[in-house]
Amino acid sequence: MRTALLLALLAADPGPEPVRVGSKQFAESEVLGELARQVLAADGVPALHRRALGGTRVLWEALARGELDVYPEYTGTIAREILGGTAGTGEEGLRTALAARGIGMTRSLGFEDTYALGMRPEVARRLGIARISDLSGRPALRFGFTNEFLDRADGWPALRDRYRLPQREVRGLEHDLAYRALAAGQIDLTDLYSTDAEIRRQGLVVLRDDLHAFPEYQAVFLYRLDLARRWPRAPPDLRRLEGRIDQAEMIDMNARAQLDRQPPEAVAAAFLLQRFSLAAAGRSEGWLARLAGRTEEHLALVGIALLLSIAAAVPLGVWAARRPGAGRVVLAAAGVVQTIPSLALLVFMIPLLGIGARPAVAALALYGLLPIVRNTHAGLTGIAPELLESARALGLSPWARLRLVELPLASPAILAGVKTSAVITVGTATLGALIGAGGYGQPILTGIRLASVPLILEGAVPAAALALLVQGAFDGVEWVLVPRGMRPARRRG
Amino acid sequence: MPPPVLELRQVVKRFGPGAEVGPIDLALPRGTRLALVGPSGAGKTTVLRLLLGVLRPDQGEVLLGERPLDPDDHRARRRIGYVVQGGGLFPHLTAGANASLVARQLGWDRGRVAERLDALGALARLPADTWGRFPTELSGGQAQRVSLARALFLDPELLLLDEPLGALDPITRAELQEDLRTAFRAVRKTVLLVTHDLAEATFLCDGLALLREGRVAQVGPLEELVRAPAEPFVARFIRAQRALHLGAGEAP
Repeated sequence: MRTALLLALLAADPGPEPVRVGSKQFAESEVLGELARQVLAADGVPALHRRALGGTRVLWEALARGELDVYPEYTGTIAREILGGTAGTGEEGLRTALAARGIGMTRSLGFEDTYALGMRPEVARRLGIARISDLSGRPALRFGFTNEFLDRADGWPALRDRYRLPQREVRGLEHDLAYRALAAGQIDLTDLYSTDAEIRRQGLVVLRDDLHAFPEYQAVFLYRLDLARRWPRAPPDLRRLEGRIDQAEMIDMNARAQLDRQPPEAVAAAFLLQRFSLAAAGRSEGWLARLAGRTEEHLALVGIALLLSIAAAVPLGVWAARRPGAGRVVLAAAGVVQTIPSLALLVFMIPLLGIGARPAVAALALYGLLPIVRNTHAGLTGIAPELLESARALGLSPWARLRLVELPLASPAILAGVKTSAVITVGTATLGALIGAGGYGQPILTGIRLASVPLILEGAVPAAALALLVQGAFDGVEWVLVPRGMRPARRRG
Repeated sequence: MPPPVLELRQVVKRFGPGAEVGPIDLALPRGTRLALVGPSGAGKTTVLRLLLGVLRPDQGEVLLGERPLDPDDHRARRRIGYVVQGGGLFPHLTAGANASLVARQLGWDRGRVAERLDALGALARLPADTWGRFPTELSGGQAQRVSLARALFLDPELLLLDEPLGALDPITRAELQEDLRTAFRAVRKTVLLVTHDLAEATFLCDGLALLREGRVAQVGPLEELVRAPAEPFVARFIRAQRALHLGAGEAP
């Protein structure tokens, strides 16, 4: 079973690979990623969505390296963070600069996600404010901005200079606090993203940036130009979404995903049904099928990682037991790996191995080393000296001593280490979803972001059950593998 | 005197400042049975381990059949049978698998292994079902007999035993003593027995080597040690042992 999964993961190559869509770690990006996947799927182009992979760096590098084919991005981010301001901000300039790197860019999907200023409607109405320029005549207004907005050169400083704003009372606040302060009337105005779900919830008035102080952040899809070779219909499919999502629609979709806690695939499916009459797009997988898919991914992660751990840790443990000097170094090194937070270890793997299952397996395998190394070492050094002496005196070669005497005698300890490692790996593998490895971590991750307990449980419960199952399975394996003479037995005579 | 099978020549082993064994000269002529006796801490086990080649001497040499014994040559050790203190049976193997471990490594077929087990079972007076049992399922005396069978399995040139009767109750001990003597005579091997018990030594062996503080005090038959002790310690050791046994014998 495990071998089958392993082979499936390593060798599966049925025809051209499906289109791999990625998304960043926030609701809007995930919804856009789903839209791309479903638009492709509706046209018969197989696509899979590796959602919530991380930030701009991770997504861009994965795209540039060919681990992803498509992901949603914003023109301002492309200009500033990806191209480093070398290509200006015009769409054509960006397209040319990207093409030189083998990347294509759609036109704007129809909305912008940039900085914006929001006010409560009654205040805005009372004071007659609709544009940012209207603020210059109201010096008594109280502003509460996020710290990032206050500090960024293209944030508050740019805004103040462009519009010559006179307000004195400008406070730095955390994002959620700013919304609450706004609702409570403690501040009159805050910065927000122009497609923020809170705009709908609080019915906020978004002021028009009439002097264009904020950079443009048009939503687009980036895709690899070589995608057309594999799936010629994919780029035209993506272009079908150009100009089709306006500001209000995106705000609405964000609100459904964030506030109403609908899964991104449902939000995207509803939109496509309404605007494109694409009914088949939503992959309405049953609960059981989803669970089966995730279980398969999770088992593959854990199984391969554990096999690698064992393959590396047992020889290391033997070496450590043979050479006390080397042993201290090996044990210390394995201990240091263990002190790296698992999340950090996963992220360290990205520059080396990219995203997906491979870096996750590598990180998990490293993480699983210590218990096995330590127990192998302890098991071997704990063998009674007269048994070691017997083995030597019998004239067994060093290799035969290890294989026939020492490893069998240490096997209960080694197995206990493997069991510990396996149980830890089952739990840690849930973090693999952060770098696109799938598994039970996927629903947990989405659930945390949407604050949806049922979604979190959809991943957490099977993960816990699997941990227990693994523990039980190893108890069984122990019974089979530990030699009969070493099991706790009734002593005779 | 036949040539020695195993010999220590001016061997010294240091364990740390002030803690050393030797220099020792000791020869085991072919076909003799020698008991290595001495008080606790005299270096009996160290001498045994040097003879066995599991301990590397710091000075001098160990000769096996007139050639130096290389501690890294594990094949040479198959020419020496060894019964470790406490038996040293591997708990994960049955008694039969313990006894035949090296033979099976050397590629003996099942039939030959079974034949040898039968012969050794008879020699060590083991019940027929012993070979299928694990060491935890054996009594102390049986474990020692299995250990003896394991030491004799490859028909070695000589047999070394480290306190084979050490931890046994008196009845088992007496039985096993008898059977060991019978077995030694039957196999006609060169034997070195380590013990702290003079009675056991004289019962099982023809000669004694008395150790004192890491050196050989005297070698010879018991009568010679009694008649002409090489140093006062020899007389003292023999007297102390006799008093112990007399006392035990006179008890009601």
